[in-house]
Amino acid sequence: MERLLDIENLWVKFPTRQGIFDAVRGVSFSLGRERLGIVGESGSGKSMTGRAILRLIRSPGMVEADHINLDGENILAKSEKDMRAVRGQRISMVMQDPKFSLNPVMTIGEQIIEAYRLHSKASKADAHAKSLEMLEAVSIRNPERVMRAYPHEMSGGMGQRIMIAMMLIPNPEILIADEPTSALDVSVQRQVLDIMDRLVKERGMGLIFISHDLNLVADFCDRVLIMYSGRIVEVCEADKLHEATHPYTRGLLNSLPRLDAPKDRLEVLRRDPAWSEAASVSGRV
Amino acid sequence: MADQTLRQWLLTETPTSRRHAKLSALYQGWLTFRSNTMAMVGLGILVLLILIAAAAPILSPHDPFVQDLGNRLAPLGSEGHLLGTDSLGRDILSRLIYGARITLYIVALVALIAPVAGLLVGTVSGYAGGWVDIVLMRITDIFLAFPRLVLALAFVAALGAGIENAVLAISLTAWPPYARIARAETLTIRSSDYIAAIRLQGAGSLRIITQHIWPLCISSLIVRVTLDMAGIILAAAGLGFLGLGAQPPSPEWGAMISEGRRFILDHWWVATMPGLAIFTVSLGFNLLGDGLRDVLDPKAGE
Amino acid sequence: MNMLEIEGLNVWFGTARDRVDAVKAASFSVAQGQSFGLVGESGSGKSTILRAITGLAPTWSGKITVAGQPVLAKRSKSFFKTVQMVFQDPYASLHPRHSVDQVLGETLYLHGFKDIDARVVKLLDDVGLGQKFRFRYPHQLSGGQRQRVAIARALAPEPTLLLLDEPTSALDVSVQAEILNLLVDLRQEHHLTYLMVSHDLSVVGHMCDSLAVMKDGEIVEIMDVAALRRMEATHPYAQHLLQASV
Repeated sequence: MERLLDIENLWVKFPTRQGIFDAVRGVSFSLGRERLGIVGESGSGKSMTGRAILRLIRSPGMVEADHINLDGENILAKSEKDMRAVRGQRISMVMQDPKFSLNPVMTIGEQIIEAYRLHSKASKADAHAKSLEMLEAVSIRNPERVMRAYPHEMSGGMGQRIMIAMMLIPNPEILIADEPTSALDVSVQRQVLDIMDRLVKERGMGLIFISHDLNLVADFCDRVLIMYSGRIVEVCEADKLHEATHPYTRGLLNSLPRLDAPKDRLEVLRRDPAWSEAASVSGRV
Repeated sequence: MADQTLRQWLLTETPTSRRHAKLSALYQGWLTFRSNTMAMVGLGILVLLILIAAAAPILSPHDPFVQDLGNRLAPLGSEGHLLGTDSLGRDILSRLIYGARITLYIVALVALIAPVAGLLVGTVSGYAGGWVDIVLMRITDIFLAFPRLVLALAFVAALGAGIENAVLAISLTAWPPYARIARAETLTIRSSDYIAAIRLQGAGSLRIITQHIWPLCISSLIVRVTLDMAGIILAAAGLGFLGLGAQPPSPEWGAMISEGRRFILDHWWVATMPGLAIFTVSLGFNLLGDGLRDVLDPKAGE
Repeated sequence: MNMLEIEGLNVWFGTARDRVDAVKAASFSVAQGQSFGLVGESGSGKSTILRAITGLAPTWSGKITVAGQPVLAKRSKSFFKTVQMVFQDPYASLHPRHSVDQVLGETLYLHGFKDIDARVVKLLDDVGLGQKFRFRYPHQLSGGQRQRVAIARALAPEPTLLLLDEPTSALDVSVQAEILNLLVDLRQEHHLTYLMVSHDLSVVGHMCDSLAVMKDGEIVEIMDVAALRRMEATHPYAQHLLQASV
């Protein structure tokens, strides 16, 4: 499989009063035209990894890596100005809560058109038409009305679909989705995931899906990286997730309550300090 | 505790008693404040102000009220008068030093009256809601509508001129914004889960307002008061300038500017020196307020 | 005896044209010692029922009976000794300026206990926290630790009915397991009755004996957990919810 993204030895550090805190510690992985899941709990460094790829971490946070190669080109070495051409155009990001990622004082149409015109020299009319097309692609039934509406008038599921439309309109190569369905109701989650899946497949994109929900990721992705304490502790094929061997992954799987396997007590994860000291497993294909 | 330095004890993640926990929280707040250089400058200015005011009899080279008509309007650096003398031959430096006491007096009085009144009115209004809220807010609006100088004039006409009346006038017009801030904060806090939780323990309104809402409102009020102090000092100076505040021969800085106004072209230092003093103290309060906001802002602490 | 009985409960916000009916004609009962779940999506009204029981929702009509006593418009002190609540967001349910000791101490004081120190120590032990945490402030605690403090606070007045509003939905998976185990243990030790709201059917399947499914403010089905496990719901919406959760 062709490698769209290749990351070697990524470190993300934050200076604090008690010393330097390493949020991500030497993570290496690659992404092809596939759906890659990154699973971990809070503090595992999964969100930081996503943000580091897009260079969204501001000082005093520090991002270091041997390289972050997008199509062979090291984007870590780019200037901020050049990065702006990468963000949105070549790598896009969908975040958790559309309430906080959509601008509340602009209409949805204005925002999508803005996102489109930032990366292409289209006229307003062209941009409008493209936006309508994009909204239809995410199964929004009344795109004209939605274009004129404000974000707060939209439900969570619709807001997230609008985010996806906005992020995919410049036709990026890679989409990073950071907990895209965590703020949504169960019945809406499936719908949003199906749309994301279809669009990613149609466009031949790579998808990085960051989540804390093991079962969701196992269902939805092709390959899964499990992160703990800033490192990758296990890599496996998504359909083989339930046969995972690392004690942390097994611990997470066993601590979930299950309707089909009732237990009196849930297994409590016992954290072994050896897990965070072991070297990061390579997530390369 | 013997093998742990004091600093480590204060920075601990596991306090061992109430006192330990409070001291630790204070120390960490101090460290945050200290890292802000400009805020430390502000604090330094104000500490200096307090020290000068306290040590006025020792520091002051001359008696601030002694006139020497033979030596009026002496320039800066004259013998025995570092900052020169005013129109009646009084040493400007000494008058500035004693004037610091008056400035501090104004600051303390207003800081005691206005924010306290505002906190009371605002929190009660915000928590009680309904008619109480409506009535209290209308009263606040009425006081907000009073122009400060006109009120001061009215007080002077009714009660006679003097620094206390000027301070009263300033306080009466300064408290409404604090009431508004306190009310806005209360409205936000009121709907949070921790207030719901304490209501579920049967806590009464008084306990909720004093023990739960006040600690959260006080931070933003302190910040707002320090930032307003500059304006208050200037307001008092303005009243003094108009002759409505401190009366002669009191060395209030605003009154000194007023007296020096006539000589501003040829003997500029008579008005400028007290002006610089007011500027410096106002700046000090502004810087301090900025620094305090960084420390006390609950969002920054989360 | 039934610990809790809800008959024809309506809860609404606003008046006349702006009126929003959050709960419509809800009826169910919870036997003593039982654990009852309320499931539904956001906006279904499940959390609103809890708030109506505790008196945090202003306008309601219908009948609420707790431990045989009908609940009146104003809750009495003895009501709060019987019914307590654990809130959803551990980051919002503790006062940011009060230490753990203050939170528990104040609760005990308000309920008239005299041996406050000893009880604080015991409560912290009961929820698995221990003395190290006694004088910490909330920002020095993790999500799971904060939720344990919230549970300790709810247990302080020695209630018999505990209302749990999505107690683990804001927590990590591994922490959730610890808190759920703790809740199961506490229920056994203190003979508590639970009314638990959750959007996660597998959590409800683990914790509860029976449950009610809510949609748009109405209870569409009441079933027991065995039926839940067999995926046998009678109402189409309940069946749809079960399918989506697997």
